[in-house]
Amino acid sequence: MTDAIDIRGVVKRYGSVTALHGVSLTIADNEFFTLLGPSGCGKTTLLRCIAGFEDVSAGEIRLFGQDIAAQDPNHRPVNTVFQQYALFPHMSVIDNVGFGLKMKGMASAERRARAGRMLEMVHLSDFADRLPAQLSGGQQQRVALARALAPEPRVLLLDEPLSALDLKLRQAMRVELKSLQEQTGITFIFVTHDQEEALTMSDRIAVMSQGRVQQIGTAREIYETPVNRFVADFIGETNLVAARIDSIIDGRAEVTLPGGQRLSCAAGAATSGAGAHHLSIRPERLNLVAAGAAGSDLDAVVERVVYLGTDLHLMARLDDGTPFNVRLQNSAGTTIPAAGARVGLAFEPGAARLLAD
Amino acid sequence: MAGIAPDGPTPDRSAKGGARSVGMRGLTLPLLLPAWAVIGIFMVLPVALMAIYSVLTKEFRGGVIWDFTLAAYDQFFIDRGLFGDEPARIEWTYVAIFWRSLWQAGVATLICLIVGFPTAWFIATRPAGSRPVWLFAITIPYWVNLLIRTVSLKFLIRDNGPLNSALVATGLIDGPLPLVNTDLAVQLGLFYSYLPFMVLPIYAAVERYDFALSEAAADLYASRWVTLREIVLPVVRPGIIAGCILVFVPSLGAFLAPDLLGGARNFMIGSLIDEQFRGSQGNWPFGAAASMILMSMVLIVLVAYARNQGRAGAGRARR
Repeated sequence: MTDAIDIRGVVKRYGSVTALHGVSLTIADNEFFTLLGPSGCGKTTLLRCIAGFEDVSAGEIRLFGQDIAAQDPNHRPVNTVFQQYALFPHMSVIDNVGFGLKMKGMASAERRARAGRMLEMVHLSDFADRLPAQLSGGQQQRVALARALAPEPRVLLLDEPLSALDLKLRQAMRVELKSLQEQTGITFIFVTHDQEEALTMSDRIAVMSQGRVQQIGTAREIYETPVNRFVADFIGETNLVAARIDSIIDGRAEVTLPGGQRLSCAAGAATSGAGAHHLSIRPERLNLVAAGAAGSDLDAVVERVVYLGTDLHLMARLDDGTPFNVRLQNSAGTTIPAAGARVGLAFEPGAARLLAD
Repeated sequence: MAGIAPDGPTPDRSAKGGARSVGMRGLTLPLLLPAWAVIGIFMVLPVALMAIYSVLTKEFRGGVIWDFTLAAYDQFFIDRGLFGDEPARIEWTYVAIFWRSLWQAGVATLICLIVGFPTAWFIATRPAGSRPVWLFAITIPYWVNLLIRTVSLKFLIRDNGPLNSALVATGLIDGPLPLVNTDLAVQLGLFYSYLPFMVLPIYAAVERYDFALSEAAADLYASRWVTLREIVLPVVRPGIIAGCILVFVPSLGAFLAPDLLGGARNFMIGSLIDEQFRGSQGNWPFGAAASMILMSMVLIVLVAYARNQGRAGAGRARR
């Protein structure tokens, strides 16, 4: 089957600044695909290149096999939900929703009926004749969504559409967006800097940084098997410990930690060679044992204990000064170490991930 | 859209008013006085004087006699022959002048719009830092007195002026184009007099225009032309209307440009009024009456527009 979107080596330069350094990725039909990254990572630029608001400096963008990089935005069968919605302030809600259909030449009566159905879908039927300014932020957001979905685009682009909403509304909209996507079967490309948003809704996520795609995968793959320090650090919370690779045999690496401890772990994307590498250990993927005990992978000194009810948060420090956080479930048998205590950290199998950098 | 209130009615006005009056009680009247004085002395009083003068009897060699009469209005609208003894007919002379003024002002406004809109658009789409420079460039010529600018324009377009000389020299025309003392000359004069009044309000509207709207229109399959017609123009319309009013109203009453560039044939109502208050040929009540008629016409148009806008814009918040 042809991919919905096939991006090959897209470069975008603004004068001397390069916003995208040869981005390549494919997005399947019906997929909820998220571009995730901090501000300035190029995710919005990439989305605007797909929409046609920006010309690519080099590379190809294929939509169901057809190269659209040279097409004007009004000829591309993709629609956008804008960050600030960009609703037409002088048109009623129903005229906003029907605008794309009008431009496609649909007759007035049919257009109104279709726009009405779209408003029904986003639960705004009672607001059809209002002006956008008479709606709340959340309602405007849903109008923008209905407007972009009305012409039945093959791909829907969403540029941080939830960022202007308050937390509660944002959480409700995540569920609504995901079910809309499943209902319509349209490919969604969603841009966000909010990892929680990305993890809840996406089929796959592309983590971007500094104009490059760092890793593409499902939420679980990205969280559990990050390839480099940026991804490990950006998604969730992690502990990074410097490590020296001694050998890599059959995908297993032997590494030496700063304290001289030796450890065996999956090599992942790392290749042997000189230079500093890092291990990533999620704070919840380990147990406390007695310091120096046989099961201890590393010893640390607890500096502070934060009691969070369901969780315990220990802020500890390794012997070489590296900070190390631990999250323990607060179950019946949990012993809470005192501040200043020396403890052993026993990693769960597979918890220590060797990173490429 | 951060400025838009969430669900619910607009904030309670009475509560706001209550807060404002705290600590101001007793000062309200003195603080309002300057505003009332300005409105009274510079707006109500002159119009009232004009209204009163228009119903008094004219004194030869200027001035008025305090005898109430509608003679001035009668003279404007009704023709009773040279000696006032013929049957009353409609007087077309002044209505024709009035009509020509409307036409000239209308054409001048249209030229201003056609030239002013792209200019304003250009300035508003420059980088934010350079916009003041462009605006400054637009206003510099207007530091020069209007009379001098109008006379200069006459020199530019006269038969042996630079424009005609250049055209003849390039061989585009055989003889000089007769430009002075034409309708076109007056329209150009008015256009040049009031162009900034068109550019500035449109600039203000375009500067506030959210270009994401144009992107949204393009995203929804609108061509550039359709985007301009369906999205840009309706959204910046208040600026366009304001510009048109600011050019049309003074053009209608202008007398410098028609006098200097139009000659006797292109008389406008401003010149007619101007004449009534000059020297011994003047007729103050008639000039006042013509002013009142001009003002009422402008007022009727503006009130009609404002009511129309008020209805269309009810509840429409500024983006």
